[in-house]
Amino acid sequence: MSALTSLDLESLRGLLAAGECSATQAVSECLARIEATEPTLAALLSVQAEAALESAKTLDQAGPDPEKPLWGVPVVIKDALCTKGVATTCASKILENFVPFYDATAVSRLKKAGAVILGKANMDEFAMGSSTENSAFAPTRNPWDVNRVPGGSSGGSAATVAAGQCFGALGTDTGGSIRLPAAFCGVTGIKPTYGRVSRYGLVAYGSSLDQIGPMARTARDCATMLQVIAGHDPKDSTSAPRFVPDFTAEVEARKDLKGLRIGLPEEYWGEGITDEVRARCQEAVDAAKSLGATIVPVTLPHTKFAIATYYIVAMAEASSNLARFDGVRYGYRHPEATELKDLYELSRSHGFGEEVQRRILLGTYVLSAGYYDAYYRKAAQVRRMIRQDFLDAFTQCDVLCGPTSPFVAFGLGEKTADPLQMYLADIFTISLNLSGLPGLSMPVGLGKDTGMPVGLQLFGRAWEEGTILGAAHVLSGALPPLGEPGGVN
Amino acid sequence: MKLSPQEAGKVATLARLRLPEETLERFAAQIGDILTYMETLNACDTSGVEPLYGPVEHGTPLRMDVAVKTCTRQEILANAPESDGRFFIVPKIVSG
Repeated sequence: MSALTSLDLESLRGLLAAGECSATQAVSECLARIEATEPTLAALLSVQAEAALESAKTLDQAGPDPEKPLWGVPVVIKDALCTKGVATTCASKILENFVPFYDATAVSRLKKAGAVILGKANMDEFAMGSSTENSAFAPTRNPWDVNRVPGGSSGGSAATVAAGQCFGALGTDTGGSIRLPAAFCGVTGIKPTYGRVSRYGLVAYGSSLDQIGPMARTARDCATMLQVIAGHDPKDSTSAPRFVPDFTAEVEARKDLKGLRIGLPEEYWGEGITDEVRARCQEAVDAAKSLGATIVPVTLPHTKFAIATYYIVAMAEASSNLARFDGVRYGYRHPEATELKDLYELSRSHGFGEEVQRRILLGTYVLSAGYYDAYYRKAAQVRRMIRQDFLDAFTQCDVLCGPTSPFVAFGLGEKTADPLQMYLADIFTISLNLSGLPGLSMPVGLGKDTGMPVGLQLFGRAWEEGTILGAAHVLSGALPPLGEPGGVN
Repeated sequence: MKLSPQEAGKVATLARLRLPEETLERFAAQIGDILTYMETLNACDTSGVEPLYGPVEHGTPLRMDVAVKTCTRQEILANAPESDGRFFIVPKIVSG
């Protein structure tokens, strides 16, 4: 990385505001870094170099603007979010040539805040996956070890930040898809409270689970980005009509963890966690104690039902959301379709990848007559009980804490033979989406056996993103820095 | 929970997917395993529990029943696989 691209977003903002660095210089260095690393990493599905340099030039001509918190900051957008005039593929062949005529609300808010969009990040197709190996185009590689996955489904967003290609990225999280790749790539990522960020312009996977969130090198960087994208949007009826607090002020105000009660759910610290992950996470908890936090043992008793609940709900919702891809109005249409049945079946079967088709089938099955009550309704009942577990735990503590994943980033191809194995990787992340509460993953060190990043999650009460971002900010200051990934140079 | 390739084929038709025989067999086995795993939910006593279909706390917002134009015909047709500039063109629906 150059001296500039190894900085965090906050440091860059300082240089830009002081006129010590121009928007054009920031964008150019990122583009150079992209050119040098993309052949190995494949973090991006598309790069809009000319448009980015044009935007930077326009910004530089007007000069730094203190009203624009992301003035001149180069960012990347996960390819599940619509970007006006720029292909938005969801890493699927069925949308390979789809060009939206509008920006997602989160994207337009970033632009209004002065951010410069460099490109679209790779992902698992339609956000279905935990490793980015389900991308229809290419797998992204982990910048810490290019033979390992970056996690998913926002693997491209995590890798692009970790590799210094940009200063922040937007990801999406339906079952852990921001937090898991953040953990695997050694960056910080937050899934806001459901309804905190508008989903308008996000291609829907699980409508009651999806949230857009920032991924960056620090919690403070995430707070800056979240501040920009959060807030009510009349175009998304699930967007909460709630006041957005000043997250960056909350982060800066916190100097230690005195008075913070951190709950450790026993189900998140039990069997199955590798020694190296447990060691780094435990050290982080010890650091939190020395910063003044009180540690409280808690329990989330319905955790063992979470994966089954999540996959029934998510696949059911996905089967419904993906019914719109039919070859009629946009997306891939099979050339041999001569009548309606062919049009739908051939376009969909040739346009969708295997994992997507598997999930559509499962979702269709659990919603079909005779099975709806046994699966979908039952899962929705268990969902309420899972959410209640969290609400009960939050009467005894202010944040919950546990590893993001039982293991560090695994090797490419290691888990692709058995889809169920891949689903089990989500054990610590999915309950949060079912509950609708906010949660982040922050890096807490490198594993002693593999040298790969280890991530720790902090969950908060609804609407308390500032609390978990502040806690992450303070905690990261007490831990040794990760260093730079050695997989790409 | 075993799913036969024939049952998988019926679900595929519902989902408007057309899968070759080997794929249907493979999917039937994988989906069967996944459905078996999902039956662990039977161990959870949910009597009297209201289903939670989404975590939204606020009620559905309504707006005035006024037509608003948010985009042009050209924008909507821009990604059409086939169009005559006015309509989406699709293969015939009714044969004969």
